[in-house]
Amino acid sequence: MAARAFADRHRYWLLILPALAAMLIFYVWPLIQIFAISFTEPTTGFGNYVELLSSRAIRTSFVITFRVAALTTVGCLLLGYVVAYAIYNTRARYVGLMLMLVLLPFWLSVLVRSFAWIVLLGRGGVVNDALIGLGLIDRPLALMHNEFGVLIAMVHVMLPYAVLPLMANMKGIDPSYVAAARGLGASELTAFRQVYLPQTLPGIFSAALLVFVISLGFYITPALLGGGRVLMISEYITYQIQEFLKWGLGTALSVALLVATAAVILAAARFVNLRKTLLERG
Amino acid sequence: MQKASFFRIAMRTGAWMVLAFLLLPMLVVVPVSLTDHSYISLPGQGLSLAHYVNYFTNPRWLEATWQSVVIGVAVSALATLLGTAFAVGCWFLSDFWATVARWVLITPLLVPPVVQALGFYRFWVQLGLIDTLGGVILAHTLLALPYVTISVFAALANLDRRIPQAARSLGASVWTTVISVVVPAARPGMLAGALFAFIVSFDEIVAVLFLTVRNVQTLPKMIWQGIQDNIDPTIAAVATVLTLLTASIMVVVSLRRRN
Repeated sequence: MAARAFADRHRYWLLILPALAAMLIFYVWPLIQIFAISFTEPTTGFGNYVELLSSRAIRTSFVITFRVAALTTVGCLLLGYVVAYAIYNTRARYVGLMLMLVLLPFWLSVLVRSFAWIVLLGRGGVVNDALIGLGLIDRPLALMHNEFGVLIAMVHVMLPYAVLPLMANMKGIDPSYVAAARGLGASELTAFRQVYLPQTLPGIFSAALLVFVISLGFYITPALLGGGRVLMISEYITYQIQEFLKWGLGTALSVALLVATAAVILAAARFVNLRKTLLERG
Repeated sequence: MQKASFFRIAMRTGAWMVLAFLLLPMLVVVPVSLTDHSYISLPGQGLSLAHYVNYFTNPRWLEATWQSVVIGVAVSALATLLGTAFAVGCWFLSDFWATVARWVLITPLLVPPVVQALGFYRFWVQLGLIDTLGGVILAHTLLALPYVTISVFAALANLDRRIPQAARSLGASVWTTVISVVVPAARPGMLAGALFAFIVSFDEIVAVLFLTVRNVQTLPKMIWQGIQDNIDPTIAAVATVLTLLTASIMVVVSLRRRN
């Protein structure tokens, strides 16, 4: 019996192995190489990290990265909370339609959505054209190629990542607690603030972690809407590599970005069920 | 029941405003794709299908679309096969090391796209995979694996462990049990995972930018280059086609789920 169980375990590992081996060889190993390159190119040593710490431009880029990620997270939490709340709590009609509208952008290409914002916010874009046409402004407003444009598009792109964990959390909340608070005389706002909101904290933390971590490393939307003026770290890395062929500095920045991401996740582990948020999200 | 209160109305109105914010940019692309100008603008004198004609007749756009579909289908098949086997094995074992393996497989969800693209690039140069379909398919398969394993694992959460045990004690081999007991239970997760994998690959741009030169032109790469060089309304036409396609897939999926 024990021998058979042992043989079975081998067979289960045979199922696991192809995917795991592919991942270790073609994904994890290249990442380790990135780490190595940061210490060996152009010369062996800590030179790239010294440059990383002493460069004003890089410090600015990190500040911009964290600021954009933080503001995107706050925006997504506020907007996402309202949508998730309405879907589960207000007996709104068309709940199915609401769900579809949340999911459609989730499935639609980030590139297409960013393009849509360029069409809207560009100098000759739809918003500027409309405002000039209405005689409200004389010259086009600078709506993109700045942090404003990046933030609006980032919130749009990341919103589903906030709504989905919030919905998963609210789905499991028993409505009788709020009903009890109301029955005992609490106003609707008080019942929400003191009874409902605390129960949704796990969902809020999950949503915040997902949006913040994905935003930290995001490339497409900041690159397109920022127009080279809102240099987040990911774009800074591609500049170093593609324009200047500075692989050493580019990989050192990559390591720094990875470490920052890992630090955020580890710090969040105190408030967030990582297993549920990352490993078992449906 | 109780009357609709101010709080409730405010939340509901707010939710619709947020949803309008989500939908609006996607809607604006539609009239722009029908513009009669040759630059990005709302239609002036009248509507024109010229930009759709350009998309559907321009060999470069068609070739890029075709390559994206080929890559997407290959990635979907590979990732579903590898990811399902992986999830089934982990489900049987359900021990510490299986959980560690599951964490390893979801790392692409957390590593910044540019960082992993750099890693691919350096290794793919050594392997001679730069600017080949195979190279892109391999990279995309790794990026799609987390989605497949997560959805297959979620589907298996509903499978009672005693059922495969019963099959085993009635004399079925491990492989027979997997094929005829576990895989059928995993099928909804496999379908969702296959769809996810296709979409991940079909939309992926950052790895493609690093791994390809001229040979491989995917649809996202054409859109990316179009936005960088000169934005012409053909991109709006492509965006509209993709939006309609995505919306119809969603409707089909949600109808299937209801049945």
